[in-house]
Amino acid sequence: MALIDTINPLLTTGWSKGDDGWSLKDYEARGGYKQLRRVLESKMTQDDLIAEVKKSVLRGRGGAGFPTGLKWSFMPKAAPEKYVVCNTDEGEPGTFKDRDLLRFDPHSTIEGMIIAGYAVGAKLGYNYIHGEIFEIYQRFEAALDQARAAGYLGNNILGSDFSFDLFAHHGWGAYICGEETGLLESIEGKKGQPRYKPPFPANFGLYGKPTTINNTETFAAIPFILGMGGEAYLNLGKPNNGGTKLFSISGHVNRPGNYEVPMGTPFAKLLEMAGGMRGGRKLKAVIPGGSSAPVLPADVIMDCTMDYDSIAKAGSMLGSGAVIVMDETVCMVKALERLAYFYFEESCGQCTPCREGSGWLYRVVHRIEHGEGRPEDLDLLNRVTDNMMGKTICALADAAAFPVRSFIKHFQSEFEYHINNKKCLVDPDVQRAGSGFFKAGAA
Amino acid sequence: MNTPNITVNPELSPEALKKIDREVAKYPADQKQSAVMAALVIAQDEKGWLSKETIAVVANYLGMAPMAAYEVASFYNMYDLHPVGKYKLTVCTNLPCALSGGVHAADYVKGKLGIDFNETTPDGKFTLKEGECMGACGDAPVMLVNNKRMCSFMLPEQIDKLLAECK
Ligand SMILES: Cc1cc2nc3c(=O)[nH]c(=O)nc-3n(C[C@H](O)[C@H](O)[C@H](O)COP(=O)(O)O)c2cc1C
Ligand code: SF4
Ligand code: FES
Repeated sequence: MALIDTINPLLTTGWSKGDDGWSLKDYEARGGYKQLRRVLESKMTQDDLIAEVKKSVLRGRGGAGFPTGLKWSFMPKAAPEKYVVCNTDEGEPGTFKDRDLLRFDPHSTIEGMIIAGYAVGAKLGYNYIHGEIFEIYQRFEAALDQARAAGYLGNNILGSDFSFDLFAHHGWGAYICGEETGLLESIEGKKGQPRYKPPFPANFGLYGKPTTINNTETFAAIPFILGMGGEAYLNLGKPNNGGTKLFSISGHVNRPGNYEVPMGTPFAKLLEMAGGMRGGRKLKAVIPGGSSAPVLPADVIMDCTMDYDSIAKAGSMLGSGAVIVMDETVCMVKALERLAYFYFEESCGQCTPCREGSGWLYRVVHRIEHGEGRPEDLDLLNRVTDNMMGKTICALADAAAFPVRSFIKHFQSEFEYHINNKKCLVDPDVQRAGSGFFKAGAA
Repeated sequence: MNTPNITVNPELSPEALKKIDREVAKYPADQKQSAVMAALVIAQDEKGWLSKETIAVVANYLGMAPMAAYEVASFYNMYDLHPVGKYKLTVCTNLPCALSGGVHAADYVKGKLGIDFNETTPDGKFTLKEGECMGACGDAPVMLVNNKRMCSFMLPEQIDKLLAECK
């Protein structure tokens, strides 16, 4: 079971019983489906509902941080056929929060999606679940059956005139399906290749119909926002960064796992919650928002608070909230090599700058790591990223470029050492020992 | 392992077709193709891997062009277009896992089985694959068994146990 520690728990309130607390009965016992009932019984208007979500300043938890209420308001009112889609394709290296959300508390996401369906006028929804977590997909289907049997899904929900149904769709191993339009193509039974935008999904989404797509954690927050009111939710965090957020902490800490804290919590506090640095070693660098976010050196991240604005000001992105912690035993060239390989492997190949560029990045970082780097390679890497960023259909090309640029920017001397001396600055035995087998929880 | 030249019956069992029907029912009536991903998994589970013939059977059943189904099968990493061992083990070596023993776990399995990534043991029992992030990095090292079963915290002792379980 994932280790859990929280300040002001909302999303994780249901996690304390581990695998025994996910069922409908448990969810109802902790107040679940009350907000859906209230929305339906009070015949809340769609506008009032969206206004409440806007007030909370909930920002999308999938990576881009777009305000959720605003996104919902883009849905055309009159369209007869609309969809709500949940993005649980969680494949961004370092991110493992949506898996635990669906594992320990699937009904909060279901309730959030039904309420979203009501708000935007959709009758059908899908949750796209990462193929690698097939057991979680099965649990989500079981939770859907429970919700349907209890009258929360289907025709005339709770005796109202609102009807909505929801199904699960699984992926089968393609990171690019996390990109929202790649995901929609995938639900349509095609290769998951992203579409040109505009048109955005709110106008042309699933099966060409208006579609609202949000991350799992975004939907899961909705019942809590309605329960406490948008303003109270906002005030949990800090201005423009409402509420609490799940952070998935991996790497060189004593207790990797998910931690829910209010937006604006100091990074140092989060690190402490995760048990501090493994073996008491020195922090070297942190990727604060999933592998696509620029890396930050220790001194910079130690001064940050964990919210969109603070991390952006420091030159990175809060992204999905995946915090990858690296200590002094890490060779930055080797770390970057693994990430560069990932983007090369996962590029869907539609755009030349991404397909060719991601291959170049990997091959050049690979040759530096393997003692075959050339003095001009760092300039070459930066030039290749120039030709990728902002020049492609989707943001995967940027996601491949950000790590390369930021690793070189902050750790240039380590790359130069590698090129000049044809070996790692950090002794390979030290590297291996630092990233060896590790039993979570043992300090 | 090379593609054997024995022909496998590409037809699906009534149970498999029933499972596919259940997937088709999730989508609007005119969007049967949406069920292709799940249908290919059901077919793969039954046959062990996806031959071109099996993919065509799935495509016909869903009323789509075989080529369109083949495109899907070749786009997503977890479809096996060639025979694999009875147990396909996929070890995640992406950076977050690699910081907590992911590479060590892969090396340990390689040593135990005497094979490298993308190889199958001579007895046809195990195939080893290198995986990308499975969204479970907090449980590193993580491994998938036959795509569907995730194993967490795979230290040598747990790996030994898992390999012994695979009969
Ligand atoms: C390459 C790539 C991968 C992505 N992967 C995910 C993902 O796994 N989960 C997710 O929710 N969003 C992912 N996104 C972001 C989605 O495109 C989309 O912005 C998000 O699902 C919207 O939901 P939100 O507003 O609630 O964050 C990805 C984007 C890109 C470009
Ligand atoms: S940027 Fe890369 S992943 Fe995105 S559509 Fe283009 S080729 Fe595909
Ligand atoms: S990096 Fe291995 S599961 Fe995420």
